[in-house]
Amino acid sequence: MSALVAEMVAKALKLNIPLSVHLDLTYRCNERCIHCYLDHSDHGEMTTAEIKDLLDQMADAGVFYLTISGGEIMMRHDFFEILEHARKRTFSIKLKTNGILIRKKEADRIKALGVESVQISIYSHVPEVHDAITKLPGSLRQSIEAIRRLRAHGIHVIMANVLMVHNAADYSGVRALAAELDAKFILDPTITPMMDGDRSILNLNVDEAALRKVFRNEALVGNVEEFCAPPTGPDEDALEMLPCSAGHTACYVSPYGDVYPCVQFPLPSGNVRNMKFVDIWRDSPQLKEVRSITLRDMPSCSKCTHGATCTRCPGLAFLEGNMRGPSTQDCEKSYARTGIPSENLKGRREPRQSLGLLKLVQIQSVQPVARNCAEAVTENSAVNR
Amino acid sequence: MIEQRYVARSTAIAARGLGDETMVMSASSSTLFTLDEVATVIWKAIDGATPLEEIVTKTVCEQYDITPEVALKDAEILVKGLAEQGLLLLSEKPIPQSSISLKVNP
Repeated sequence: MSALVAEMVAKALKLNIPLSVHLDLTYRCNERCIHCYLDHSDHGEMTTAEIKDLLDQMADAGVFYLTISGGEIMMRHDFFEILEHARKRTFSIKLKTNGILIRKKEADRIKALGVESVQISIYSHVPEVHDAITKLPGSLRQSIEAIRRLRAHGIHVIMANVLMVHNAADYSGVRALAAELDAKFILDPTITPMMDGDRSILNLNVDEAALRKVFRNEALVGNVEEFCAPPTGPDEDALEMLPCSAGHTACYVSPYGDVYPCVQFPLPSGNVRNMKFVDIWRDSPQLKEVRSITLRDMPSCSKCTHGATCTRCPGLAFLEGNMRGPSTQDCEKSYARTGIPSENLKGRREPRQSLGLLKLVQIQSVQPVARNCAEAVTENSAVNR
Repeated sequence: MIEQRYVARSTAIAARGLGDETMVMSASSSTLFTLDEVATVIWKAIDGATPLEEIVTKTVCEQYDITPEVALKDAEILVKGLAEQGLLLLSEKPIPQSSISLKVNP
């Protein structure tokens, strides 16, 4: 983050302004990605008029950075009408799409509407691997064609690579592809639970050895020694730190008008069909509670040596059962990065090993239910980290 | 003598007030700029139809203790800088809204 952006964020925080909003227009999609956390059925999306009114409200509330995502945004027939309205209200607009429906005409319009960047997920440079993840034959080819069209228009493209067991060996290939297409490459090593809390897709997360390999790749993290340096523990200043921007200067709005602190933090905080966006932002008890939490209020993390440097996601902690608790996935990342277990991991390991739970799980896996077997193996691996 | 100058905001920009300041970003360069309190007053008054000199005398000089000459000189530097970044359009004639409206295909 540049000094100027940091200054703006600090000012927004002081003035209680929602600087950034992630708006999902739809959960419908033309791909069926195996790691997706969404229910793709339409349960009553906001209408065009409702979304335009919401954009007006958000602009008036001070929202500057607007991420428009889904689902697949172009599944909405009114997508460009919405985008045009967003441009008129002078947001800084980022689109997240799989690009499959971006032909020349769509690329022309995206360019004309001054979109800041377009993010497209590419899971592998190998068609068979990418298409097996999206469950859509030909999807890699179509997404790459969209990237070429957008780049030909001079539009910034971010190629997002979500790391999972199916593509764990491919991120270098995707990175090379991004360089070839003149797109920015980002790697996300975390699979998140479903919005309804179902954690079964976490089985797709890569193991610690694969994470460690990523965190020691100089091309990805820069200075490895610095990135993987042992933590020093939180000091008094760090204990007053805010967990992240969720609910502080950022929030998420679903296609149904539900407001949450973040797309990854499904704490219902109000609905724009019942209340003004700015009233939810200012007065929601849920958002106020999120804002009240500092590192000092987190029983485990405040005592953890990783407390000040961890990438702890409060949304993942919430999905784990406690927004003041640790996010085990981030604990595992901190461990893979530094080799030092967090307080949470220390606490988890000892009781499980001493109670011999691994053996019990193994016995269950012998039952003739393939799904249980897979879960047992994953449980075993996680505990052995 | 300073020439009459008209100024219009570009359409391919992001802009938002933040307190008494304004954040402005060009979509093409993704470069963020912030306008201070006085620059924000000028930014808000820009409409393509009012000469810069009139904006300065009617808004800036009425709100701040500054002479029109000094204010106009500073305003000229500001709009020139923003125009170089593609955030403003400058012209010696009024700039009609139709010429800066979004070029969006149906």
